[in-house]
Amino acid sequence: MESQRSVLPLPQPDLPVGRVLPVLTAPDPGRVLDAPCPEVDPTDPAVVQLAADLAATMRVSPGCVGLAANQVGIGARVFSLDVSRHPKTRTTHGCFVLVNPVLVEASRKERGREGCMSVPDFTGDVRRATRLVVTGRLPGSGEEVTLATDAFEARALQHELDHLDGLLFLDRVAGAHAIHPRTTYL
Amino acid sequence: MPSLAVTVIGRDRPGIIAEVTRVVADLGGNLEDSSMTLLRGHFAWMLVADLDVAADDLAARLAHLREDDLVVSVLPVGRDEPYGTEAGYVLSVHGADRPGIVAGVTGALAAHGGNITDLSTRLGPGGLYVLVAEVSLPGDVDVVALGAELAELGRELGVGVSLRPAESDVL
Repeated sequence: MESQRSVLPLPQPDLPVGRVLPVLTAPDPGRVLDAPCPEVDPTDPAVVQLAADLAATMRVSPGCVGLAANQVGIGARVFSLDVSRHPKTRTTHGCFVLVNPVLVEASRKERGREGCMSVPDFTGDVRRATRLVVTGRLPGSGEEVTLATDAFEARALQHELDHLDGLLFLDRVAGAHAIHPRTTYL
Repeated sequence: MPSLAVTVIGRDRPGIIAEVTRVVADLGGNLEDSSMTLLRGHFAWMLVADLDVAADDLAARLAHLREDDLVVSVLPVGRDEPYGTEAGYVLSVHGADRPGIVAGVTGALAAHGGNITDLSTRLGPGGLYVLVAEVSLPGDVDVVALGAELAELGRELGVGVSLRPAESDVL
């Protein structure tokens, strides 16, 4: 599998030191996880700090491959992603943060099992596109980037895009027997 | 707290789940895990509820269902894992646990003639209550409007509600 992997790292923005933030879990009394997030200015210093904080929090969380801003209680269209060490990854763009991401193309849906730091007690089977094109802005420079990806990175991107729309994987499970109690905590 | 396992088996019709969960909710009972399926057109449901009443008392309150040829039993404990059939829509409900979530949402579905063909609910150790149901709807139901009604009901109940078409494997 490793030999088939395609690594396409994005330009690395110059981010400040990130802080590790607490991650919200459902049910979230403040309903931040359920609310669609507004777009933000990728050059705003507060957004750049948020980008660093998301990456830092993701990095120290075992098994975490992506983290959306509303998972740390901040309503903003920003998420971090890093699937580079996951065994199901084919294409990876390394560790990156996207601001105001937009889904451009999605095709070839397949069913796969997902977990989420904000839903620690369950996993669920979700159908997701395995070919994906997403655009977004890099924090700091505001440079627009386009990612074309597949397999696990495509799944992770759709999971994070859903968070920014106020949706959890629980909203997309494939059927009545597609929710599973989580028995392995990473 | 005692747990009661309720099974309801018999000829299928819309609204059975709504009626039973309303009785449990009105008694202050809390639904835990449950599973429902259709076996050759026969409705089969088992639910486990955290309910502070005697099994015979609950059975008496559900006795009217026997008029519809439904067999109702109430037992101190018991769990099973029935298997289901397909449906046109998947309903997801998740949020903080409280009595009445399932009764409220399935009641709204039944009011539109929606029939649940497969359902499971789980209460996570962290207090997250999750319901996933496969639902068939009459052809004349305005699905967009029903989805909006369920979302509004979800806001009132403090839970997230999603109604989506069940996706086939056509690529």
